[in-house]
Amino acid sequence: MNNRSVADLKPGESGVIKGFTDNIISLKLMEMGCLPGSTIKMNYTAPFGDPISYYIAGYNLTLRISEASAILIE
Amino acid sequence: MGGERIKKIALLGNPNSGKSSLFNQLTGLNQKVGNFPGVTVEKKTGMCKLSGGKKLKIIDLPGSYSLYPRSLDEQVVFETMVDKDNPEYPDLAIVIIDASNIKRNLLLFTQVADLGIPTILVLNMLDVATNLGQRVSPTQISKFFNIPTISLNARTGQGIELLKKTIADNNIEIADPIFNSSDFENGIEAEIKDKLKITNDYKAHVLLIQYQNFPGLSDEDKKNIKALIRKKKFNPELSQSKEILKRYEIIDKVIKEAVVYNLQKSRNLTERLDKVFTHKIFGYVFFFAVLFVIFQSIFAWAKAPMDFIDFTFSELGIYLKTNLPKGVLANLLTEGVIPGIGGVIIFIPQIAILFAFIAVLEETGYMSRVVFLMDKIMRKFGLNGKSVVPLISGVACAIPAIMATRTIGNWKERLTTIFVTPLMSCSARLPVYTILIALVVPENYILGFLNLQALALMGLYILGFVMSMLSALIVNFFVNAKEKGYFMMELPLYKFPRWKNVGITIYEKSSAFAFEAGKIILAISIILWVAASYGPGDKIKNAESYVSENLNGSTPNEKEFKAKVEAFKLENSFAGIFGKALEPAIRPLGYDWKIGIALVTSFAAREVFVGTMATIYSIGSEEESTIKSRMRAEINPETGGPLYTPAVAFSLLVFYAFAMQCMSTLAIVKKETNSWKWPILQLVYMTGLAYVCSFIVYNIFS
Repeated sequence: MNNRSVADLKPGESGVIKGFTDNIISLKLMEMGCLPGSTIKMNYTAPFGDPISYYIAGYNLTLRISEASAILIE
Repeated sequence: MGGERIKKIALLGNPNSGKSSLFNQLTGLNQKVGNFPGVTVEKKTGMCKLSGGKKLKIIDLPGSYSLYPRSLDEQVVFETMVDKDNPEYPDLAIVIIDASNIKRNLLLFTQVADLGIPTILVLNMLDVATNLGQRVSPTQISKFFNIPTISLNARTGQGIELLKKTIADNNIEIADPIFNSSDFENGIEAEIKDKLKITNDYKAHVLLIQYQNFPGLSDEDKKNIKALIRKKKFNPELSQSKEILKRYEIIDKVIKEAVVYNLQKSRNLTERLDKVFTHKIFGYVFFFAVLFVIFQSIFAWAKAPMDFIDFTFSELGIYLKTNLPKGVLANLLTEGVIPGIGGVIIFIPQIAILFAFIAVLEETGYMSRVVFLMDKIMRKFGLNGKSVVPLISGVACAIPAIMATRTIGNWKERLTTIFVTPLMSCSARLPVYTILIALVVPENYILGFLNLQALALMGLYILGFVMSMLSALIVNFFVNAKEKGYFMMELPLYKFPRWKNVGITIYEKSSAFAFEAGKIILAISIILWVAASYGPGDKIKNAESYVSENLNGSTPNEKEFKAKVEAFKLENSFAGIFGKALEPAIRPLGYDWKIGIALVTSFAAREVFVGTMATIYSIGSEEESTIKSRMRAEINPETGGPLYTPAVAFSLLVFYAFAMQCMSTLAIVKKETNSWKWPILQLVYMTGLAYVCSFIVYNIFS
């Protein structure tokens, strides 16, 4: 079973969210529209590689790598 | 509830949904729109006039994504909407959503609508949605939720009348719950409802999850809930995640019925701008260019109004001095109160200009990009990308800067930002810097165009910035964070700023400064005036005879004599005695008791240094060049050379750069951290830092 997270996405690459590694942060991420089954696209990273901008649920959301790596993708 | 009188309306919405613009449209009063998530930190209220002359109170709640708080701002929303005893608990809720970002925006709406408060849904930014190729149908949404839904353009005001009419008609029924929380739990909510005597299912659900942070519950209630949760094996996190999933499931159904997605149009403009603004080189180049323009304007544009204010207040003082009957009251007014008020007002031009820039940057959406660019770097120092705004603001004044830290959700990062912001060189230090630099740094040019004095000044600003970064590291080392903070920030689409909102921001920040800082500076000015005007014994009262006795044969003219008397009075006042008592402590830094007095008086506001110098050296005027030449002529009795050697001046510069000499800042820190611990630590740390660094500088240069 692979354990790729959203933080592993390359610019322009999309993934389908399958779950989270952290319960508490998952609640906030879900509120922001990162739901299991939805598609998330990586836009670009900030100059030093962190945070990262994603396209999810119809808008651009920026996440720190620590937050992005809590989201697992299929 | 139709028919019952509506008195209070709460306005809710996500950050960037146009909530503040709507508030401005409804009330025409005090608020601003920002593209910076969480810019509306304070709960603001205003009166809305309906047709027929009826007036209603509107509460503008901070932008939030959900009823489950993750920052101070969102906590306010949760408390206001759930606690029936909260003074702002509304009779009607208006939830505004960004139609171009409908999915996430609807989450908060569905939560609010389930609280048992009549709710109106406002669809904003339909034009933006259309441009992105999404057609949103208000009628379908209204039908789905069975809740009045109004399309509106908060920027132009289109649709406002319909909204007002809907409020005035006052026949909004409480709709059936959108999400039925009782389906999920095995009877625990029924028990809670019974125990706490609440009728609404969803409120019971929210309280079960959030009871620990809810002020409306007694300790006994909390204990009961805790026991109940254990008994029923209730899992709050699981329950909350089920709720979010269920709500989004329902939202997906609405979207299916009410939104038609045409060919996905690109977010062209925003994407293209972001390529530049978040570029690894151009992004920073542009940001530093923006900073450069801001600093230039603060100093260049603010100079004329500041000179004017300075002139007005000194003229007013002179006028009152000559026209009022002589006495204590007149002295208090002309030497304590008026300079005190003037010392506050003089900073308003700089603060206004600074916040004009910050408001535009926030309105356009650029500020979120700055946060995005700077987060990684700032985090290395234990700060947050959002710390950039307070740090920039700190160059004008630490007070609004510290208030601007409220957008930082993580407590540790926020605290660190508050702690280090006063190390940024604020504009009160500028008069001290200029006079001391002019005293010891020659006005030479290197390479033909770099002014040495300007370089020294810039060096001090950089010094302040570097020290605040290093101090952040130190704070970070000592403070342990219990709570976990989130970054998660929206990058909104770029928009043109609304000038009305910019104007309101300028007005708000300036008046907040004038009143928050103003009353403290004024109070301290009066205390200092008393300390500098009175002293033990008869030396103050009989100053003239003491001075005449000690003339040693010299014959000063009347003006010189008067100045000598003033200097004698200050020397023997409480402030003077204090300065002398301080001398042994500040001797290692190269200062004498006269500088000691200036250090003491600088506690009201640092720029008082200049005025104190003028009095100590018994100069009749506060003209900078006069003070400068007088200071240059001051002789050190021990060495026989000038007192203000480069070593002393540099030592003083460093002292003013680092020392915590601002009571107003301490008061604000107390307010924002809700304890005396942090302002006291800040006072000790900064003043200690100033002492050590000045000592080092003095010894290097002498």
